[in-house]
Amino acid sequence: MSTNKDQKFLLTGNEASAEAAILAGCRYYYGYPITPQNEIMTHMSIRMPQVGGTFIQVESELAAIYMVYGSAAAGGRTMTSSSSPGISLKQEGISYLAGSELPCVIINMQRGGPGLGDISPAQSDYFQAVKGGGHGDYHTIVLAPSSVQEAADLVFDAFDLADCYTNPVMILGDAQLGQMMEPVIFDKKQKTDLSAKTWALTGARGRKRNIVKSFYPVKGELEVFNTKLQKKYREVEAEEVRYEEIDTQNADIVIVAYGTSARICREVLRDAKKKNLKIGMIRPITLWPFPSVIIGRVAERVQSMLTVEMSAGQMIEDVRLSVNGKCPVHFYGRTGGGIPSPKEILNKIIELSTIKEKVTCATS
Amino acid sequence: MEPTYKKPETLIDTPTHYCPGCGHGIVHRLIAEIIDELDIKEKTIGLAPVGCAVLAYNYLDIDMCEAAHGRPPAVATGIKRVHPDNVVFSYQGDGDLAAIGTAEIIHTANRGENITVIFVNNAVYGMTNGQMAPTTLLNQRTLTTPQGRDPIADGYPLRMCEILSIIDGSRFIARTSITSPKNINKAKEMIKKGFQTQIEKRGFSLIEVLSTCPVYWHMTPCESMKYIDDQMTKTFPLGIFKDWEIDN
Amino acid sequence: MTEKVILAGLGGQGMMLLGRLIAQAVMLEEKNVTFFPSYGTEVRGGTAYYHLIVSNEEIFSPVIEEADTLIMMNLPSYLKFKGFLKPNSSLFLNSSMIDKVDVPESVNIFRIPATEIANDLGNVVASNMVMLGAYNAVKNLISIPTFLSCLQNVLQGKKAPFFRVNKLAVERGIDFVNLSKK
Ligand SMILES: Cc1ncc(C[n+]2csc(CCOP(=O)(O)OP(=O)(O)O)c2C)c(N)n1
Repeated sequence: MSTNKDQKFLLTGNEASAEAAILAGCRYYYGYPITPQNEIMTHMSIRMPQVGGTFIQVESELAAIYMVYGSAAAGGRTMTSSSSPGISLKQEGISYLAGSELPCVIINMQRGGPGLGDISPAQSDYFQAVKGGGHGDYHTIVLAPSSVQEAADLVFDAFDLADCYTNPVMILGDAQLGQMMEPVIFDKKQKTDLSAKTWALTGARGRKRNIVKSFYPVKGELEVFNTKLQKKYREVEAEEVRYEEIDTQNADIVIVAYGTSARICREVLRDAKKKNLKIGMIRPITLWPFPSVIIGRVAERVQSMLTVEMSAGQMIEDVRLSVNGKCPVHFYGRTGGGIPSPKEILNKIIELSTIKEKVTCATS
Repeated sequence: MEPTYKKPETLIDTPTHYCPGCGHGIVHRLIAEIIDELDIKEKTIGLAPVGCAVLAYNYLDIDMCEAAHGRPPAVATGIKRVHPDNVVFSYQGDGDLAAIGTAEIIHTANRGENITVIFVNNAVYGMTNGQMAPTTLLNQRTLTTPQGRDPIADGYPLRMCEILSIIDGSRFIARTSITSPKNINKAKEMIKKGFQTQIEKRGFSLIEVLSTCPVYWHMTPCESMKYIDDQMTKTFPLGIFKDWEIDN
Repeated sequence: MTEKVILAGLGGQGMMLLGRLIAQAVMLEEKNVTFFPSYGTEVRGGTAYYHLIVSNEEIFSPVIEEADTLIMMNLPSYLKFKGFLKPNSSLFLNSSMIDKVDVPESVNIFRIPATEIANDLGNVVASNMVMLGAYNAVKNLISIPTFLSCLQNVLQGKKAPFFRVNKLAVERGIDFVNLSKK
């Protein structure tokens, strides 16, 4: 693949993410096949040998995440990808990566669950992604693209964020995003002002030895470490929140949605305008750190908010925490591979706009 | 006139989801015939894997359970410990058994768990579009070995029968194929012996069946049968690798 | 302008290639495009279908609920998707494989014996290109030279000799519609 800036390619979200990783300098990829993200692996199996990188089809997701752990500890730009059941298997390793403060990128093209579920699009791994699916007090930074172009762009950012905060970064896509093809331009570059990985295991030549670990057996040490970790997370929350805000100025109802759901809601916004409904939208791009401040601020001036997800209602909990009672927060969702249609969502909005909630809310 | 060849009672009469020329259907039928012949339909519990055979319970009219990818031997262990007098078998592909589930199969064999494993080796990951499997032959092209399997990058084909036969806990280990009526009969004989090993409480049995995947081998069904005979059996020789009857 | 097309056929009838080539051609003409292929566990014998959306505006929802056009290569595909036709939409049928249809009167039906035409050209596999020719003769979505250059890019090396018959098939599809208009 030639990478002439401005050249447009027609790629699936999976292929675009994989190619972006290559261009962002990722040279170590480990994965285990699972639909609907197989094209990431296929692309890596072709591209890694071309750029002198490593591609290994591993015996399990569990082993794959620990290979990522190893390459990250050694200072490499490394990544793994999977879909929901495989991401569940990786959770232990993600906890260890966070506990050892290692940078890496993990892509989850979500499919329907629980269990083996099915292979259609879903957003039901939100809790797992943003609340720390493994054990311990940790966070992964979670980015949620909603187009093929953004899937490529966010991969560049993911590697930079991972290196900057020495923390695992997850890209939370879904089967729809992974499988669909759209034009994409690769015009981003890897950041050059990142500090050197002096902590990496390279052989203690001419320096003190480095140790990568998450074990703090001496009483009190683990608390000190956790305090430091939390300080880092507060910094991420202060610096890295990203979102898109559309037409919220005079809106009566504001939708909060991410990824594929957000795209569908954009269509709803267009349709609602034709019906003279005043609807706005906030699309979180970082799911952790969550755009709480803006959601809280907008909540003060709207009748109500509507969270739309391809799940039974997960992100809505964070929306409610952000809103903190300032307005009612409603939900529309589909589960098990169902994708909400613009019509369904519009009907929900029409239903909501007939209730004068803010008023009753204020008087009660 | 009494028909001489008919659908086994344990096989459900329904359209198949398997691709033309796929070997899973043949193996399903053999298992159904054996269950009928041993008259164990009402005490057999099967484990469907994650793989093309994930829907095996649509075809076998017995109690069946699904397991997470690679975990059927562990789930089978759990079932067998509750019901030691039932016949418990797992049905697994090469990715399931020899990649993600390698630890489970080795330790289940090592515990001498009294279950039977039917291991269908088609040298690729069928369900996920034909990636390399642990049993992919050297130089064989797959979705993730576009230049052919290279031992330096991808390792060598894993011979599970040979590995499992040196584990003290295993009792009956055999490799068969389905490329001709003769081989199919042989496969049936071996699978039946596996079930008998379990019924007589002799311990762990595993029968590997070399099987076809015409779609991801990019061959016709006939060519794939020939591929097993000419190529696969060079890496995976047919035969009995361990037999309690002989060892005794 | 927004055009929502569902293409469907038996796996192997070339709908994936056709959809991708159309998507590529409109992309080169600076239109927005989203192409969503079906993917599944049952590899052979099923219906393969593709959602293609082309627009001058930004494309939001990538899922088609009401189609402007259906291009249907065989009967199971037609049966599966006929419910997606909205009033005044167009239905392009491979009439070699679909005989009876029952859709609302407002739907414009184009019956193209694509398999027969491709067969006459000596390559059944080119039936997808016949459909493209016919579709574009009515809808004028893409420029045929751009499309053909995308096709040529795909048919490289060993496949290069097939370009000629595919190009012919596109032309026959165009002719078929133009002749029946007269
Ligand atoms: C934890 C987890 N990882 C990956 C998958 C995806 N997956 C489904 S089937 C399969 C491979 C099956 O290959 P094999 O065991 O050889 O059986 P076959 O399909 O060839 O019969 C994989 C990787 C999954 N379901 N769960």
